[in-house]
Amino acid sequence: MAALTPISRTPVSFYLPVTAAAGAFAGLLVGTSQGAPWAGVLYGAGLMALISLILTRVLPSEKAGRWTLVALFLIGGYAMAGFPGAVVGGLFGWFFGWFTFWLYEGRYRARLAPYLTPFQVLWHFSFRVICGAIFVFLITPILVVMPLSFNAENFFTFTPEMLRFDPAGYSLKHYRDFLTNSVWQDALRNSVMIAPAATFLSVSFGTLAAIGLSQPHVPFRRAIMAMLISPMIVPLIISAAGMYFFYSRIGLQGTYLGVVLAHAALGIPFVIITVTATLVGFDRSLTRAAANMGANPVTTFFRVQMPLIMPGVISGALFAFITSFDEVVVVLFVGSAGQKTLPWQMFTGLREQISPTILAVATILVAISIVLLTVVELLRRRSERLRGMSPG
Amino acid sequence: MSDQTTSGPVLAADGTPLKRSLARALRMQKLRALALIAPLLLFVLITFIAPIADMLFRSVENQIVQDTLPQTVEALADWDPSASEVPDEEVFRALAADLKVAVKAKTHTRLGTRLNYEMTGASSLFRKSGRRVKKMDPEGDASLKEAFIGIDKKWGEPEIWNTILTYSPKYTNGYFLNAVDMQKGPDGPEARPENQQIYMILFGRTLFMSLVITGSCILLGYPVAWILANLPTRTANLLMILVLLPFWTSLLVRTSAWKVMLQQQGVINDVLVWLGLVGDDARLVMINNQFGTIVAMTHILLPFMILPMYSVMQTIQPTYLRAAKSLGATNWTAFWRVYFPQSVPGIGAGSILVFILSIGYYITPEIVGGNTGTFISNRIAYHISSSLNWGLAAALGAILLAVVLLLYYAYDKIVGIDNVKLGG
Repeated sequence: MAALTPISRTPVSFYLPVTAAAGAFAGLLVGTSQGAPWAGVLYGAGLMALISLILTRVLPSEKAGRWTLVALFLIGGYAMAGFPGAVVGGLFGWFFGWFTFWLYEGRYRARLAPYLTPFQVLWHFSFRVICGAIFVFLITPILVVMPLSFNAENFFTFTPEMLRFDPAGYSLKHYRDFLTNSVWQDALRNSVMIAPAATFLSVSFGTLAAIGLSQPHVPFRRAIMAMLISPMIVPLIISAAGMYFFYSRIGLQGTYLGVVLAHAALGIPFVIITVTATLVGFDRSLTRAAANMGANPVTTFFRVQMPLIMPGVISGALFAFITSFDEVVVVLFVGSAGQKTLPWQMFTGLREQISPTILAVATILVAISIVLLTVVELLRRRSERLRGMSPG
Repeated sequence: MSDQTTSGPVLAADGTPLKRSLARALRMQKLRALALIAPLLLFVLITFIAPIADMLFRSVENQIVQDTLPQTVEALADWDPSASEVPDEEVFRALAADLKVAVKAKTHTRLGTRLNYEMTGASSLFRKSGRRVKKMDPEGDASLKEAFIGIDKKWGEPEIWNTILTYSPKYTNGYFLNAVDMQKGPDGPEARPENQQIYMILFGRTLFMSLVITGSCILLGYPVAWILANLPTRTANLLMILVLLPFWTSLLVRTSAWKVMLQQQGVINDVLVWLGLVGDDARLVMINNQFGTIVAMTHILLPFMILPMYSVMQTIQPTYLRAAKSLGATNWTAFWRVYFPQSVPGIGAGSILVFILSIGYYITPEIVGGNTGTFISNRIAYHISSSLNWGLAAALGAILLAVVLLLYYAYDKIVGIDNVKLGG
């Protein structure tokens, strides 16, 4: 992005205290881990002030200075806490080098409007740090699961070997357990059988109904819509309780059919929402033109309307699939031991016999959801392009 | 055109008046739309609406007493419960006859279980009497009253007779009274003793924790939605992945991740101990309590708050804020008087959605909630699968459903069902 504001070097009285404060904070962290917090604060502040002075006043080249700093911190970290220390030290070194020159050269100001007061600049960056922290909160739990699934021990936390990046601390044994253990394999097979069937039911009924709902004159449209969306709104435990009572009356409780029907009902709102959203931008004159040229309604549907709303239908199908694939409350009540799905097995695993195989399964599921997310995003863009809502 | 208006109604090509022809076309269109919707409507009615209706029916259904003890209920109609006396011989004869039939059909234990919800000890009383009643002769001369009292003294006290009489109608509000910590007394509903009141506390806790979770979602979601709406599109799309990935990740994965993070030997405690912020012997207890439930559920529901807020904030022109500032408003005034009011619909939509979802949550509180962090849904599940008091479970569910439907109605009025968006 082009710079908004001309930048100039800042005085020592500005960048020195700021880097010293950052150093004090880092020193506090290092100091507490070594058992001497206050000494850490003092040393950190002093060290950082000195380093930033040397970097800006003594060393001629920015690049050389920053690389030297990274190397020094890497070695220092290794001396203090071994391999993990070296990683943390290297990151600190990189950050402080960048931070010093960011302040010293006035780069922080370049992309901000020139009329901002110093306080507004400070708020701008603090706000970004707050948002960054929230993003970290959102993503950390998912990231933490992945390395832990390669744990060589049956622990749910990082072992010292893992922190030393010792290859002996890592293994694929939980993945092997998932692939060989018959309990997990049965659960996987059930999930793979139930989810596509439920998806097929909700997509075929849901697409038809969505087309009906988007016609210009539909009596009781609001009431019908509210009823069709309700499986998404009614708490799962209530749906599960009702289905348990009702399905055991009609003999569907504990059968594959019962679970598939229940999951199809839960997936319908997602299909309805995505397909009606696609149909909002659908040009009705296309179907009229097709009819005008002699196509019967069925041909019109399959040759004209279907290809255009396909992206919406597929993303609705993916939503319905993931709803069924992730669902645990309803299957817990409507199914019996024979219909144990993957989430159900994870749920019992979490409640009773805790085994890190759950984390291996979780990692696989995260990989699947990344794939699904990518597909849905691509479809959404394609659909917008097809309907001419966004260029390119 | 002008000469037609003078010569009667306008005619369509086939000679029918245009008005009627139009009405027919419209009717055809409506019918076609309904025909397209009908299969799904029928499907949802059978697989979803009927089960809910069945649950509501179960919350008031109480035919078991009348079905199992028909003669006793009839004989008891003349008995005066306020006299606090045991009914006379005739009622005991009817009871013996009913129990003989019930023991053959093996339904007397189920009746005992049912009455045990209302009066502790009824279950064993019926089981014991069922074993001994076979030897009795309802037609004989011996006093059956004394025989029954001989089996168990409880038959000689008015309490059991009161219970049978109170629960003899086919439909009862007893489960609902139970669900709000009340019981049926001889003179109408009365409050349960203090030490038996648990459901109002649970409902209160569920509401309170849902509010806290909604509040923290607003607090955390607002800055993120703002920055996503105000960054250049490319960067915003990249950051959006960080919001959408948790949204797409399995609920069980996120719950197990929080279990891993919050445990006493978990990642957060390990990091804190490594940093020296807490001692190894004083690890924080962050799981199996309200704190754990609130943190995990805030994380799980946060995308549902961010996405509606983001779609509303995208429509707010950034020029308004600049205009306010150039007219002399401070940063805070510009935000609070100009930007914030325009973003309120997004907050409203997100809050109702998060509140509805959190109030009925089951999985996460069950795994990270322990004893103090569980919701009313966990109690419902307990009554269905462990205590088998289905009527009470149905009544609790009906109350929860009423709350959620009220919120759903509000959501429909404020946001509109059609405007629900999924993903970006």
